[in-house]
Formats: sequence, structure tokens, C-alpha cells
Amino acid sequence: MNYPRRSFLKLGGSALAALATTAMWPLRALAAAVRPEAAFVAKDLEGTYKGLGGTPTASAEIDLSTPDIAENGAVVPINVTSKLPGTEEIYILVEKNPNPLAAAFTIPEGTEPFVSLRVKVAQTCNLIAVVKAGGKLYSASKETKVTLGGCGG
Amino acid sequence: MNRRDFLQVLAAAAAAGMPLTPRSAWAGSQFDGLYQVPRFGNVHLLHMTDSHAQLQPIYFREPSVNLGIGEARNRAPHIVGANFLKQFGLKPGTPEAYAFSCLDFEAAAQRYGKVGGFAHLATLVKQLKASRPGALLLDGGDTWQGSGTALWTKGQDMVDAILQLGVDVMTAHWEFTLGEERVQELVSGPLKGKIDFLAQNVATADFGDPVFEAYTLREMNGVPVAIIGQAFPYTPIANPGHLVPNWTFGIQEEHLQSVIDEARGKGAQVVVLLSHNGMDVDLKLAGRVRGLDAILGGHTHDGMPQPVLVDNGAGKTLVTNAGSNAKFLGVLDFDVKKGKISDWRYRLLPVFADALPADPGMQALITRVRKPYEKQLGEVLATTEDLLYRRGNFNGTFDQLIVDAMLDVREAQIAFSPGFRWGTSLLPGSPITMEHVLDQTAITYPSTTLTEMSGERVKAVLEDVADNLFNPDPYYQQGGDMVRVGGLTYAIDPGAVMGQRIQDMRLDGKPLDASKTYKVAGWASVQPNASGEPIWDVVAQWLRDRKTVTVPTLNQPRLIGIGDNQGLV
Repeated sequence: MNYPRRSFLKLGGSALAALATTAMWPLRALAAAVRPEAAFVAKDLEGTYKGLGGTPTASAEIDLSTPDIAENGAVVPINVTSKLPGTEEIYILVEKNPNPLAAAFTIPEGTEPFVSLRVKVAQTCNLIAVVKAGGKLYSASKETKVTLGGCGG
Repeated sequence: MNRRDFLQVLAAAAAAGMPLTPRSAWAGSQFDGLYQVPRFGNVHLLHMTDSHAQLQPIYFREPSVNLGIGEARNRAPHIVGANFLKQFGLKPGTPEAYAFSCLDFEAAAQRYGKVGGFAHLATLVKQLKASRPGALLLDGGDTWQGSGTALWTKGQDMVDAILQLGVDVMTAHWEFTLGEERVQELVSGPLKGKIDFLAQNVATADFGDPVFEAYTLREMNGVPVAIIGQAFPYTPIANPGHLVPNWTFGIQEEHLQSVIDEARGKGAQVVVLLSHNGMDVDLKLAGRVRGLDAILGGHTHDGMPQPVLVDNGAGKTLVTNAGSNAKFLGVLDFDVKKGKISDWRYRLLPVFADALPADPGMQALITRVRKPYEKQLGEVLATTEDLLYRRGNFNGTFDQLIVDAMLDVREAQIAFSPGFRWGTSLLPGSPITMEHVLDQTAITYPSTTLTEMSGERVKAVLEDVADNLFNPDPYYQQGGDMVRVGGLTYAIDPGAVMGQRIQDMRLDGKPLDASKTYKVAGWASVQPNASGEPIWDVVAQWLRDRKTVTVPTLNQPRLIGIGDNQGLV
């Protein structure tokens, strides 16, 4: 098996961790400045959208990739690419989690609007990417199933 | 090939006749012409799948219940019995009807004998390879699991067998339940340079690096041919994830498209996916990716005499499924002219042990690998008075014995047994040996469990499994059948949404109480810490205590809203 990147990370793990801690400070300050608090504490989709400033319009210009069936509901991989011009922000929502909003990203001008992350998904539901572009909200949605598993085949 | 062409080929083959050195003249005449498959074109692919380590000839009853929901309703592969024969133009009372359907199974089994067996399969492979220069033999996986010897040798017996059989390319599913390390050991050891183990959809869980090669590009009779491997996408979900902790699976459509494009870019004129997705997933996939000429499929154990042709707007893809238990061998011929496929032929040949003499080399190998275990395998535990089988959407008769054994031995109120699609059949009056019990149970996570579950939880389990079988979107299905249930009776509305399919659950005739707790026995837990007695010991002891068994009642659910579904006999 080939684990070049993992080996590299293991070797440099502690150094990287130290670097990351230091580097996080300015990011945290930035995050606090744009953090949509009302959206993060909302307990349903409606409240989350309200906190984000409105209900988004469905858009085919957002590529949302998630597994059809989660291998592990605790770490479900999501990739989002926005092809919408003027993308400023990307939000990740898990419809049926206690607080649907899982993550918020600001996309500085000139940055490729692509994010990749893992989220916890409590039960089978839609995963939603919301993109703010040109001051308006757009979304793409896909269902990920969380199953007990073990039914063989 | 359309249905009429298929019939004409059958008729021509029958008319031509072909002696096959049968065991008896009577046996010979009824198989006449079956294996006369003249070469066609210049690209030849032989396809076997889901043999589940059945080295010896066996009986295998095809399902009498294989319901299709949503778009799959009354569409191949969700057609059984007489409707199946009608759909594919097969005649009742023929060897083909016996091989492809459940009709008159007991009588037909007496008449036409056992199916499969690697020694008989080897003879057929040799015959076809001799008539088809350059032919590749593809193995769709589920080869290294399903028998006592495969379990005890950690797949070594089957690796030896497929090397001798001349498999060129394989993909996998149950192979992964031997664990990551064992799979890597076999792939980089005995398979190296001989069998390409391909899986475009298996990557490392951390960074998504490929674990195996995605495809192989071979030149066959002057035509560049690419074979891409597709492992079972839901391995870490349907089977224990802890056995493959560092790997991630999934269908990976986009990656597949990039692999197809890469192979085409390198000059491939024929691109074929060797798939363990299951037929319903393959049918959907064929409509969504471009550039596949065929998907040679397995996993759902559907013996399909003809492919389904799927048009995706950019071209057409043949989708096949080649059954299970070494019972069939698929033969796909393409005629490629000036870089393009001009025509094709497909046959799914049943392997009748009475019609194909055993290959001496393979027979010697089988005898050798079985020798150290003959005593354990051969122990007669009981005799069955009824036909025993598993395959079908709900409890089969062999499952009924397993759940009954669990209820008795573990003193449970409810028993659950997984809806595996493997597991061979036994005719009435047959001894049940330890080998037969292992044919139903030989997995690397066999522990039995006893848990306290609320009625609500019991319903949640049934709903969860039912959705994995009956979700109208195949990408949300996992390809197993419904969990087998003992003690509890229920009704099911397969067309309902999740949460509303399971109804009228009763224990001893009384409604199940959502808030009450019940003792539930099970096995094949996907959790890493299960440690109960292996299921085969529980079942074996129960059988030894009985000597003779019957299956007076089969605990199948009451079906709701099924109407004239052709997936039901």
C-alpha cells in the first residue's frame, strides 16, 4: 500500500501542529468577524436560512459531492465547488442535525471557490451547500443515507 | 442480440447437436447443443462472478421472490418464474428453465443434476478459450468467501483455484472481509503478474489515494481493450468497516468517468466495467457515465440470459449479471471493425456438472485443498425432509432452520439472520453436513449475539434493512435481501417510504409493544467487539440434537400493495 502523504504528515506532525496553532489566530479573528451567529444556533432549516439572510435559490452552478450512503456518519466527506461568479461565502448545512449549519467559509476575492470537509450526520437527510454570490444566496442539495449497515449481500 | 435472434441461436445450436461425453446417454441427449457457442467477432470476454468459493458442484435454487419497486417493477432482473421464462424466450421443462428459474425445482434438480463446480467450469473455460484466441477470463469477485475451506485457508484455496482456472482480471467484495492486510498479501503475492486485481472506487480514507489499479489495457486480436474494476461500493457499510479501516469505497461516478476517458485517450476501442455494484446500480450507472460498451455485473446474483441495453444519449451500454455459485459463465463477443464495435453476441451458459466432464487438473487441486478438512466438512448433522434454500427477498427454508436454532439455543424471543444472497440448496432427503451449514454461514465475523431491544428498535432495524432493499433509487440499495426473521411476524409494504413499510408486527399473535424490551438473537454483527459462539456451532449443535428436520412453516411477511408484481411466483 502507498501512504506517502500520510507518512509525510506523521513525520512532520508535531511541527505542523505547532505551526497550525500559531497560524490559526488571525483566522479566528476573521472568523469571529463574519460568523453568522444566528444561523449557527438555529435548530431547523428555516431558522438557518433566516440567519443567513434569506432562502436560497437552487443552482446547477454548485457542484456538491457527498456519499450516497455514509460509511461512517461521524465523518461524512463533502466537497463543494461553486462556479457562480463573485462567490463570497460557502455554507454547509446538514438538514436534520440538531443545528443544521455545520460550517461557514468566506472566499476572499481571487480564491478558487472550493471547500472539502467532513461533517457529522446524525440521520439520513439532505446535505446542502449554500453559496453567497453577488450578494444573493444559492444552494445545491443531495441526500446522504445513514444506515445501521450489516445487511451483507 | 434480440430475443428472436437468441431463439434462433438456441434452435440452430440444438439442431446442430454436439456430443459432450456425458455421464450417460440419457443425460447427454437432454443437454445437446447447449455448449455449441461458435466464435463471433474479435474481442472475447468470459465472465464469472459470485462463485462464493463453491469449488464442488452444488444445487442452487433461483428466487421465487425478487420484487422490483419503482422503475425496477416488472423489469429484469425483477422477474421470476414463468414470467422470467416468457421474458427471455425460454421453454419450461428444459435445462435452461432449470438453471434460470425456480420452476419445478426439485423435479428438475433430480433430472438435470448439480450445477457449477470448478472442475466442470474449467472444462467449459478451456473449450471457450480454445475457440476464442486471446479471450480474457474476468472474475467479478465474491470468490474468496462462502465455504469452510475458503474461511479456514483465508481465501488461499480460491486463489489457487482461480490461478489454475486462468482468471486474468478480478474485482472484489467479500474478499475484503478477510481484512486489508490479507487482501494486500494475496494481491501483491500469488496474484502479482498473473491476475490484475482492479478497483477504481477504493481509495485511502485519509487522502483519497488509489489503493489498487483502476484498469488494465490489453490488446486482443489487434484491438485495444480496457477492463475497469468496480468493487462493491458499500463494503464498509454492508460488511464490518473495521475490517477495512483505512479504505473508503462508494460508487465514485466522476472518478469512473475520468478512468473511462483516460482509457479511451490511450486508444481503447472497447471499454468494459467489471462490476460488483449489483444489477440495479449498474442499470442506473450505465445511464449516467459515457463511454462504457458493457458492464459485466455481479453482486445481486441475477442470472440474466440476455443483457439489458441502456442508452445514455452518447451511446449504448450492455448491462449483464452472471448469477452465482459458479453456476454460470458469461460469454461476450464484440466484433470491432475500424476501431468501432459493429456487432456483439452474448450468452450466459449454465454450468451443468453432468454435461461437462471434470477437468482432471482442477479436480486434483480441489481434492488437495479439501483433504485436510474432509472429516470436519463431512460430518452428517441431520437429514432434511424438505427442500432447503436461502435465495429470495424473504426467509428461505435454510434461513428458517438458522433462526429457529437461534431462538432455541439462545433462548430469544426474536431472531435476526442476514439476508445474504449466497448459500446453496439441498434437496429433500439429503443429509445436512457441516459443509452445508458452513455454505450458509462461513464469514470472518460469525459471532452470535443476544441483545435487549425495544419494540421501537426492532421496527427501526426492519425499516433500515427494508430500505436497503426497496429504496426506489438503486444508489441507496446495498444488494442484500431482507433480514431473515424468527419469532416475529410482520407485514411489509415495499412501495411505501422508509418508516412506513413495516406494519403489524406480532409476537405470538400479540402486537409488538414499542416501549417493551425483547430478547433478540442475531449474528454477523458489524461491530468489532462481538464475541459470542460462532453461528455454525449454534446451528450444528441444534441439528445434531434433532437428527431429522422439516420446515413446516416459512416465516415470510404478509405483502401489502404488491399487486401483479412479476417478481413473485
